[in-house]
Amino acid sequence: MGQSAWALGGIVIVAMLTFYLGWYSSRKAITTPDFLVARRTVRANQNAAAISGEYLSAASFLSVAGLVLKDGADALWYPIGFTAGYLALLLFVAAPLRRSGAYTLPDFAEARLGSTALRRLSTGFVVIIGLMYLVPQFQGAGLTLNAVSSVPAWVGAVVVAAVVMVNVLGGGMRAITVVQAFQYWVKLFAIALPAFVLFAVFFTDQPAKARPLSAAAPPSFTHATEVTVRSPVRLRVAEPVRLSATGAVDGAPANGPVYWGRGLHDVDRGTTLRFPAGASAPVVDGNPPTNALWLHPEAGGARSLFATYSLIFATFLGTMGLPHVLVRFYTNPDGRAARRTTLHVLWLLALFYAFPTVLGALSRLYLPQLLVTGQTDAAVLLLPNTMLPNVVGRLLGAIVAAGAFAAFLSTSSGLVVSLAGVLSTDVLPGRVRDFRVATLIAGSAALLLAVPMTSIDISRSVSLAFAVAASTFCPLLVLGIWWRGLTAAGAAAGMVVGGGLAVAAAVVTSVSSLTGGWASPLLYEPALVSVPVAFLTMVAVSKATSRRLPPDVGRIVLRLHAPDRLGFVKDRDVARFGSPADGRAATDGRHRLLRDRSHR
Amino acid sequence: MSRHGSGEEPPEGRADRDPWLSVSARRPRRRRVVLAEARGRSRVMHIASELEEQTSVGEALVRNLVRAQMRAAMLSAAVALGLLLPLPLVFAFFPALGDISVLGIRLPWLVLGLAPFPLLYLVGRRYNRAVETHEKDFVNMVES
Repeated sequence: MGQSAWALGGIVIVAMLTFYLGWYSSRKAITTPDFLVARRTVRANQNAAAISGEYLSAASFLSVAGLVLKDGADALWYPIGFTAGYLALLLFVAAPLRRSGAYTLPDFAEARLGSTALRRLSTGFVVIIGLMYLVPQFQGAGLTLNAVSSVPAWVGAVVVAAVVMVNVLGGGMRAITVVQAFQYWVKLFAIALPAFVLFAVFFTDQPAKARPLSAAAPPSFTHATEVTVRSPVRLRVAEPVRLSATGAVDGAPANGPVYWGRGLHDVDRGTTLRFPAGASAPVVDGNPPTNALWLHPEAGGARSLFATYSLIFATFLGTMGLPHVLVRFYTNPDGRAARRTTLHVLWLLALFYAFPTVLGALSRLYLPQLLVTGQTDAAVLLLPNTMLPNVVGRLLGAIVAAGAFAAFLSTSSGLVVSLAGVLSTDVLPGRVRDFRVATLIAGSAALLLAVPMTSIDISRSVSLAFAVAASTFCPLLVLGIWWRGLTAAGAAAGMVVGGGLAVAAAVVTSVSSLTGGWASPLLYEPALVSVPVAFLTMVAVSKATSRRLPPDVGRIVLRLHAPDRLGFVKDRDVARFGSPADGRAATDGRHRLLRDRSHR
Repeated sequence: MSRHGSGEEPPEGRADRDPWLSVSARRPRRRRVVLAEARGRSRVMHIASELEEQTSVGEALVRNLVRAQMRAAMLSAAVALGLLLPLPLVFAFFPALGDISVLGIRLPWLVLGLAPFPLLYLVGRRYNRAVETHEKDFVNMVES
């Protein structure tokens, strides 16, 4: 009870502060006459903090540590990929994209290739990617509330979805730079402080050092531990273990002492396992069972190599296709500033990602019970109070819970806003009321998908979203910016084929994880196949339809690449609405843009 | 927005991006006075319009710039990928590397957990310098 009260307190404080900052700065923005000045004073480093704040989601905050706990060295590719995605964005996309003046990905598709059909297709993929990225945020929310206060996971997801939707509808979580930048520092603080303190605790903990992570043995329990399995699991036992179980084990009811030899053991839903202190922990099948395997990268042979390279493809190339990332680039005054901002994002992310790895490795020592249930995403949340069962631990736990809450609050608000923006302008007539309807549609659709999928790892679903983005918008952006020969037909074909493959893999794996996990684990990582296929299709079909090149391609390429000083940049909003309201749109959230559109 | 909705005066937003105005002339009311330095400007406008009109000269200039920028991007990507992509294969084929420990931390964890981040930042910074130089050269050429 004590722990949950502390953590809930932290969560409420972050939510209130966020809401207050949003409310305060949007009020201030309304009384400031010149929005353009405000916009130009958004410096690269503050803008970069805002981008990082929106980008660091539940997957980064919770799941990276969980994957390090479970997969070990191979999981280190997640933070590398999440960061390197911004290098790809910087090298190939940032400045030209800003100069294109496009506000959303469909905008870019239409501006570059002049096809409304392609615009509609892009809208479809933005919605798919947005939902795929939103679902794990709500899952993470459910998980966090579940871990700190033991309410069922779906309650947490519903509560958080409702908070996000109310915030977006009320305008309290607008995409204001200062709010998002604040969220970045909250998250950095909430992960860095526990990492430092807990690492110091580990250094003074002699018994922990006696069980080094380099041993060939499986991880072991520090003290007698009771584990309740919430969904059926198949466990791999690497070292015989004695325990007592209540429930159903290996297909037979069990109530009392059990001896498990090496091999696989099935544990049914709702079974409680009691491990004595010092017992070695079995792990969910498919994860490295001993510390030695955990410590070595690519210990899983060809399958692990395929997964790693696929993950590299998806994350390196998928970042540029995420709907909520692109919109923030619009607050940069010009292409050069967009590049500088991206560079700044690189080191802000690097700073952040040092800490989840440390926490994940510590969890391996102190939280082996998560390996039994497979719910490793909770590691960061549970670690402080497990290592420090006193008031300091509770305080750190509250800080971590608040940081996690900030993570999915900012990311999912950004996603809901960009989804609703795209839906309301491209699917609905685009009035303010439509924006509200679209918000409700986007939020509840993601919620409906999130509730049954609580068993999938957050990072798994997030990396599938990256894979879809990498197989659709990455080729569109890269070829659209650097290759004059791209045609609308080629772009559409590439997106349909590449995106189709990635989405099919996502659907199959989701269905399989709900119905017994029959699908090959390779399907979790489709990018290594789908991205090259998408690029090749785009090039091939463009060559075949080269007679239908857009007539003004030379002028568009000039606009994308001409240095900012020459002044070829035409913001689409200025072209469309003939007013400096675009500055307002950038600083004051997307509602303004919609309102302007409705006056058209 | 009604202030700028119509009329001859371009909206304020353009003033910032209008490269033909000197800094002192950016206040909107000052706009028409700047004709004093007409000579330099007309040449800039000449080449700029040549770019915009897609003459063969302008076309060649832009193609050169795009090619230079692309080369810079490809080079940076090659450096980053050249150092990162072999890592999984190296660790898979030489598992003994995982037994080396530096300062109490295993080598792969240092190589994967720390090293890539400064690498990514440095590659990005080098690239930024290179392309900003290209752009400066291009602007100088257009304006000279």
